[in-house]
Amino acid sequence: MLNPLLKVRQLSKLYGSRIGCQDVSFDLYPGEVLCVVGESGSGKSTLLSTLALRLQADAGTLHYTSTEGEEINLLSLSEPRRRMLMRTEWGFVEQNPRDGLRAGVSAGANIGEPLMAVGARHYGQIRATATQWMSRVELDTSRIDDLPASFSGGMQQRLQIARNLVTGPRLVFMDEPTAGLDVSVQARLLDLLRTLTSQLHLSALVVTHDIGVARLLAHRLMVMQHGRVVEAGLTDQVLDDPQHPYTQLLVSSVLPV
Amino acid sequence: MSTQPTNVAARIDTAADTVTVAPAVEGYNFAYLDEQTKRMIRRALLKAVAIPGYQVPFGSREMPLPYGWGTGGIQVTAAIIGQRDTLKVIDQGSDETTNAVNIRRFFARTAGVKTTQKTTEASIIQTRHRIPEKPLTEQQIMVYQVPMPEPLFKLEPRVAECRKLHALADYGLISVKLYEDIVQHGSIATTYDYPVIVNHRYLSSPSPIPKFDNPKLHMNPALQLFGAGRERRLYAIPPYTSVKSLDFDDHPFEVERWQHACALCGSHQSFLDEVIVDDAGKRMYVCSDSDYCHEHRAEQEALGVTTQTTTPIATHQEPAC
Repeated sequence: MLNPLLKVRQLSKLYGSRIGCQDVSFDLYPGEVLCVVGESGSGKSTLLSTLALRLQADAGTLHYTSTEGEEINLLSLSEPRRRMLMRTEWGFVEQNPRDGLRAGVSAGANIGEPLMAVGARHYGQIRATATQWMSRVELDTSRIDDLPASFSGGMQQRLQIARNLVTGPRLVFMDEPTAGLDVSVQARLLDLLRTLTSQLHLSALVVTHDIGVARLLAHRLMVMQHGRVVEAGLTDQVLDDPQHPYTQLLVSSVLPV
Repeated sequence: MSTQPTNVAARIDTAADTVTVAPAVEGYNFAYLDEQTKRMIRRALLKAVAIPGYQVPFGSREMPLPYGWGTGGIQVTAAIIGQRDTLKVIDQGSDETTNAVNIRRFFARTAGVKTTQKTTEASIIQTRHRIPEKPLTEQQIMVYQVPMPEPLFKLEPRVAECRKLHALADYGLISVKLYEDIVQHGSIATTYDYPVIVNHRYLSSPSPIPKFDNPKLHMNPALQLFGAGRERRLYAIPPYTSVKSLDFDDHPFEVERWQHACALCGSHQSFLDEVIVDDAGKRMYVCSDSDYCHEHRAEQEALGVTTQTTTPIATHQEPAC
């Protein structure tokens, strides 16, 4: 049996007396895509930020199994190790590509930055890797020296994905990766994400409010309401046979095309 | 105020050699700053020397010259100067520019120390934008005026985050800048304030010296102190400390070279300033280090070589607009 990559137990994050997310427990296995769905304000993004150690958890435990098989307690990890982990084994795709990209430097530098951060010092090789990744995320490689601002929203999002995957992470967090994109661009991006996660054997934790995205990408699904997980299970099972009243409401609210 | 200091100052600026100055102007503490302040700066300097390249905060004082004119350097000099010191001040390599003349006169007046224009005779050299061509010795201290001590500030605007990056030696960002240089210009186009790693640890700004001078920072026998008055930071490169200029494996660090020789002394080794001499765009190349140029010319004359046989003014002409 595989060891889980991420082991979450009773994780809670409170904003004063308000609940961010409470008593969240799950395991994430290598190569698995887990989607978190729920309406806005249900604590999805809070959960994601807490897991990605951007917010400090108030209670619970959080363990990660590193490449060497060592189980790391993430909540007591020192800052240098946390940064190292984020740089080498994790990725974070922001909802808004502007938050995840460096606007002042070219697309190539954006993809190359994580490589340089872990010590790449050969310009030619950095550039070759950046070019390769641009073609992998279906971006025109001749635009490697253009600024991200000259790219469309969907292209910026793909650039951000390339930047996150270039160091070969094992776990990627995504916060609404397709929000704000039109449907055809969304479809291409989802297709790309599905290909990449299966090719690279990536584990991903995807937050979305879009049931369609969850259906396409996720192996497993967690439904959140008021900061708590109300239902969890295999994607098809949860979506086709919802048990919790809120999940039933959520599934029935999707507009039929 | 008596008229004497003005005369003294006039004498310093006309004479090329070391000048002994009359006692300092009354009413000022030795070297302008009060003893308490000097002690504070010395404490910060000791820490800076102990951690090469690390920026030490200090309580920068208001000085009688504007920020950007060397308030950091002047405070460091004031804190370390003693009665037996000989001070040289250069600005862009020259002893004769406004900034250099004024700071030299400032210390002649307030400390009554000897000043000089000769690199070899100076025990303290305060500088802006250059390191003298003549190799320094263990008996000398270089004081740099630094406008912006933080090499990451154009890439990471948050000061707290910059400090964290230094603490964790997380310097990927600066490579992004070099990468962008190559993308835009085909080579690393940073020609001054070229970032360095001091003692294999701290990323530092060498102050806006040309990258031509960067190799002189490495394993220099002199103590090198950096003062940034506006940013309230001090840092140091102790004698014989490794200083590495950042680069890529396939785009190694290199200094600029000129096809020209100095029009005045004929040197091929020194850092040259390009001076436009008329409206037609004629230009001449001269040493930026005025003391080196004088000395080199004196040597040549002694040997009977006339550099004037080579055309002093380059024939290159700008196309008429």
